[in-house]
Amino acid sequence: MPKKITIEPVTRVEGHGKVTIHLDDNMNVVQSRLHIVEFRGFERFIQGRPYWEAPVLVQRLCGICPVSHHLAAAKAIDMLVGAGNGEGLTATGEKMRRLMHYGQIFQSHSLHFFHLVSPDLLFGIDADPSVRNIIGVAMENKDLAVQGVMMRKFGQEIIEATAGKKIHGTGAIPGGINKNLSIAERNRFLDGKAFPNVDQMIEWSLGALDFFKDYHKKNKDLIDNFAAFPSSHLSLVRKDGALDLYHGVLRAVDAEGKVILHDVDYRDYLDSIGEEVRSWTYMKFPYLKKYGKKNGWYRVGPLARMNTADFIPSPLAQKEFEQFRAYTHGKPNNMSMHMHWARLIEILHAAEMMKELLHDPDLQGEDLVVTGSRQFEGIGLLEAPRGTLFHHYRINEQDQITMANLIVSTTNNNEPMNRAVASVAKDYLTGQEKITEGMLNAVEVAIRAYDPCLSCATHALGKMPLEITLLDSKDQILDKKRN
Amino acid sequence: MKILFYGYGNPGRQDDGLGIAFVEEMEKFVRENNLPGISFDSNYQLNIEDADTIKDYDMVFFCDASQEDIDEYCITKISPSDSHIEFTMHAVSPSFVLDLCQKIYGKNPDTRLIHIRGFAWNFMEGISERALKNLDSAVSAFRQVLPDFSENNISVLENISSCYFDK
Repeated sequence: MPKKITIEPVTRVEGHGKVTIHLDDNMNVVQSRLHIVEFRGFERFIQGRPYWEAPVLVQRLCGICPVSHHLAAAKAIDMLVGAGNGEGLTATGEKMRRLMHYGQIFQSHSLHFFHLVSPDLLFGIDADPSVRNIIGVAMENKDLAVQGVMMRKFGQEIIEATAGKKIHGTGAIPGGINKNLSIAERNRFLDGKAFPNVDQMIEWSLGALDFFKDYHKKNKDLIDNFAAFPSSHLSLVRKDGALDLYHGVLRAVDAEGKVILHDVDYRDYLDSIGEEVRSWTYMKFPYLKKYGKKNGWYRVGPLARMNTADFIPSPLAQKEFEQFRAYTHGKPNNMSMHMHWARLIEILHAAEMMKELLHDPDLQGEDLVVTGSRQFEGIGLLEAPRGTLFHHYRINEQDQITMANLIVSTTNNNEPMNRAVASVAKDYLTGQEKITEGMLNAVEVAIRAYDPCLSCATHALGKMPLEITLLDSKDQILDKKRN
Repeated sequence: MKILFYGYGNPGRQDDGLGIAFVEEMEKFVRENNLPGISFDSNYQLNIEDADTIKDYDMVFFCDASQEDIDEYCITKISPSDSHIEFTMHAVSPSFVLDLCQKIYGKNPDTRLIHIRGFAWNFMEGISERALKNLDSAVSAFRQVLPDFSENNISVLENISSCYFDK
């Protein structure tokens, strides 16, 4: 009798997910789906609000990556006030925003790697969940746990210093920034008195990379083959092809490395990118229009960025990037677990960029804001920790938002996450009638590699676990497991 | 005695901002009265770095909104052995933070959770009228005991709430 498996909720993922797996009469996996069952409708919620509220309002989408939403919205609002399109700000305005953004990337990636991923690497996918967590890491490798805590804290402190406060930060305002970085604020990140300094962050970032590469050497099969599948990759890149997490043009490459979206001005994203709605999930499926709904899907995030960029403009991360690219002989890397490797390279890059910016006197500049003529449409994109983030607003004569379109990073990764689940389901669940803890966690590990924020993707709030349900061809539940 | 009041929640969701509002009120009071040794912090939610934040204090009061059916507000002693591993980083618990602090720093500050009952959780700023009354009660109670509060009279906490759990 055909079967169906459902997995919900995904543990250690930012949001709620439900996985259903259908088996046929021969116990082969015939279909698997990652369903997103929450819906918040944030895009409707902010309609009618004055546009200048957007950078603060949208932070409520998520408590983990509010800075990404804050800055993407601010870039869109820059356009609305005629302050350029991400390139027209003062040096202090842009560099303060960049520092805030690197702080966000650094803390979010660190949290993901040390808190969510390192337990799987240290103890193995099949390990007892009671030890496969950060407390277990603290017991097993205290240094690693302390580094995770302090790296996350460093990033949070950068955010507070640039955004003004931890909650509902207001740093980015239309046309610029509302404060510079004082010498005293700057010195906290350099002198190492209040917490380990930026040089220590660079050293720990390198240490985390060594930890991963050592693990990779010993567990090649898992890291190279787990949930691996070919895909296209999309991200912003700087106009000269460099990795740039704050601003750039849209580039996509296919699984073989052929450029399929040629450095497009992101204000024209609607010409290139569509979104498909499917009945079984609230999360949409973006795709490149030129290649259609079926073939136009792509990955975003750290792995995609390593595949689209030509180089990384910071020396230590560039060296790591060269190793990363050499591993696949310059071809795109399509291995889902290499997302962790890519994420660690970005942690290092963010640390290097923070150091460079902290030594830049422009951060103490007084020219914070530019003004211009009001426009009625604004589009802001950036590379959030989890991938490309789109904010698009239209306003009326009364300054009220009349349209908002948000394509968040996790939404861009919807199809890839479904593919990853399908890959793991076939490997682990074919021929099974019961869901074991190891199977459950294998599915979770595949999803977790994308560091999805399902809360952002569906604009829902709350605790978001994962449940897996196994169903037969008549939709009868055979087994159900929840973490 | 070094004391930390740490509020968490989302002020953009009405009564979810109760913990942060409580900390703001206490900070105002402490400044007005020049009370020494008391610090304040707030955030959307607790996270792993808070293990580092609390490690240097003798006593920590986490302050949060509550959906539980309680009287006005409760004070609960937090134990690291209560630590529950959360599946999402949106919601790390006080006991998790304390447990992590103990495991990596070997510190175990006396930790309490002040949870204040809320009623409204929509996407709006501002605390509901009913919840404001509970906030006022909690603030008034702590204003009374804080000037003379020390490690020798922690038991006064028992007298300021009808809802007090020491275990």
